[in-house]
Amino acid sequence: MKKLVISVVLVNLLVACASEKPKGTAAAPISTGSKSVATAPQSAPSTAPAQLTQDDPLKNPEKFPLLAKRSVYYPLDSSVVQDADKPIVEAHAKYLSERPDRKTRLEGNCDERGSNEYNLALGQRRADGVMKMLELGGAKASQIESVSYGEEKPKSSGHDEAAWAQNRRTDLIYAR
Amino acid sequence: MLMRVLKGVVGLLLLVQASTAVAALSIEIIGAGEHQIPVAIAPFGGDARLAQTINEVVAGDLQRSGLFRLVDTAGKSPHEIAEVSYPDWQARGAEALAIGTVTAQANSRIEAKFRLLDVVKQTELAGQAVSASGDQARAVGHRIADLIYEKLTGDKGVFSTRIAYVNRQGQKYRLIVADSDGYNEHVVLERNQPIMSPAWSPDGSHLAYVSFETGHAVVYMQSLYTKQRMAVADFRGSNSAPAWSPDGKQLAVVLTRDGSSQIYLINPDGSGARRVTLSGTINTEPNFSPDGKFLLFTSDRGGSPQIYRIPVEGGQAQRITFGAGNNFSPRHSPDGKSFVFAHLGNGRFYIATQDFQTGQMSLLTEGGWEKKPSFAPNGRIILFASEGRGRGILATVSSDGRVKQHMYTQSGDAREPVWGPNL
Repeated sequence: MKKLVISVVLVNLLVACASEKPKGTAAAPISTGSKSVATAPQSAPSTAPAQLTQDDPLKNPEKFPLLAKRSVYYPLDSSVVQDADKPIVEAHAKYLSERPDRKTRLEGNCDERGSNEYNLALGQRRADGVMKMLELGGAKASQIESVSYGEEKPKSSGHDEAAWAQNRRTDLIYAR
Repeated sequence: MLMRVLKGVVGLLLLVQASTAVAALSIEIIGAGEHQIPVAIAPFGGDARLAQTINEVVAGDLQRSGLFRLVDTAGKSPHEIAEVSYPDWQARGAEALAIGTVTAQANSRIEAKFRLLDVVKQTELAGQAVSASGDQARAVGHRIADLIYEKLTGDKGVFSTRIAYVNRQGQKYRLIVADSDGYNEHVVLERNQPIMSPAWSPDGSHLAYVSFETGHAVVYMQSLYTKQRMAVADFRGSNSAPAWSPDGKQLAVVLTRDGSSQIYLINPDGSGARRVTLSGTINTEPNFSPDGKFLLFTSDRGGSPQIYRIPVEGGQAQRITFGAGNNFSPRHSPDGKSFVFAHLGNGRFYIATQDFQTGQMSLLTEGGWEKKPSFAPNGRIILFASEGRGRGILATVSSDGRVKQHMYTQSGDAREPVWGPNL
């Protein structure tokens, strides 16, 4: 029963995070956890308990839209997670800290404006940056692997900003 | 009119022949050297098939260098000095004439006898017998072209050297070694994950490279003779950018095991990794100076990617590229006096060189998607990755920027080229 209560709080917390539209400098939901619970939408408790026992939050994008997001994006030559994307990383940190059995693989990627090797290094810095945030948020180092593909695996193959913006990212990949 | 039709037919025949040859790359030459030496290559005597191959290779090599103009032989084909009428060749404007014969030996070897003649002075410049196994007719041609090149320009030829590059086709990556003209390609490694950064050992016997086959970047070393390979660096994170020391006794690699991308020296057997760079930023693409004392590398420690130099044994790194734009992928010239690199300016990549003494940067290309330059062993030609017809291609530019060449692969993207050493 105690477990269930904690889970309900967690669900509330995550829903609350999800409900907060990331603003330019949105406060990190994890560090202000109690506040988030307080402002949680009323609708959450009525549907949450039924899902608790069988559902992995990762597989419930409706309820956990932040966990459903598995990529964070960067400006050119930057490896700093943008404020708008921080809630995503924090939600995953929370999830990993609650689920020590789960592991995630971080894959850093870059656009093609750089040498292959420079981009490999930049992609690694991107993935490592997300790794540090996950660890600060409670995930254990043993749950995370960070690698880089540099510019070798572009999601979009165009030579324009629209394509490049898609390719400057870190993906969070969970083993099934 | 009939002549024109005939010419068209001949052209068509040549075209058909060219496309059925075992060419992995088709080649396009742009520009020419300031002074092109007029050379006549007389059709070799002896075995007709071998002779044709050798003549084609010699003519192709000399033409691609941009330093020679091939003089029409007008059906004349002397094979011995006694058969040469110097006034005829002088009248055609030739300064040099190559003659020779090639024969298939009983022991399934081929032997070519060749002479290079100075048409103006009416003397012999060089004479050589080249022998090779039966399937090496192209190699014989490259040797002869090297000799002609060396005698007439004073520089060592590089036609007998090889190149390595990566061909990407969909999810398939193939590490390829080929002759300098793109023929005779061999697949060294084929994987469904990226392969990058091939690096030749100084004696040409091994390639170090980066493969992602285990899910992250690992540096491998592979013998080109036995195909045997081993992981040189497989630490957590990324292991990449291998570069050989000139004596072949150690490699510089980039590891992220201690945080950010740092340059380390490591023994070829993977032992004894020791760190060279100390900044907390990106440090990558190390390249040894010919005397083995310094490394050039790319770093963003100053806020943007630029070229730096550091003593191999560690110490103070010195920034050596300044000005607008970013710079990547430095490589020393064989004489150590300059370096070549990829310059990113106004959204375009250029191949550029910079003189160590003057600090002067020269752009060698018009710009586009041009990356990963490396010098031929004689320092006269630079091989790099470019784009053409919507694909990744290999390209070369003479170190004075005058002669350019595009080499189109039959399929897929050619990437990550690197010129091999003299053998």
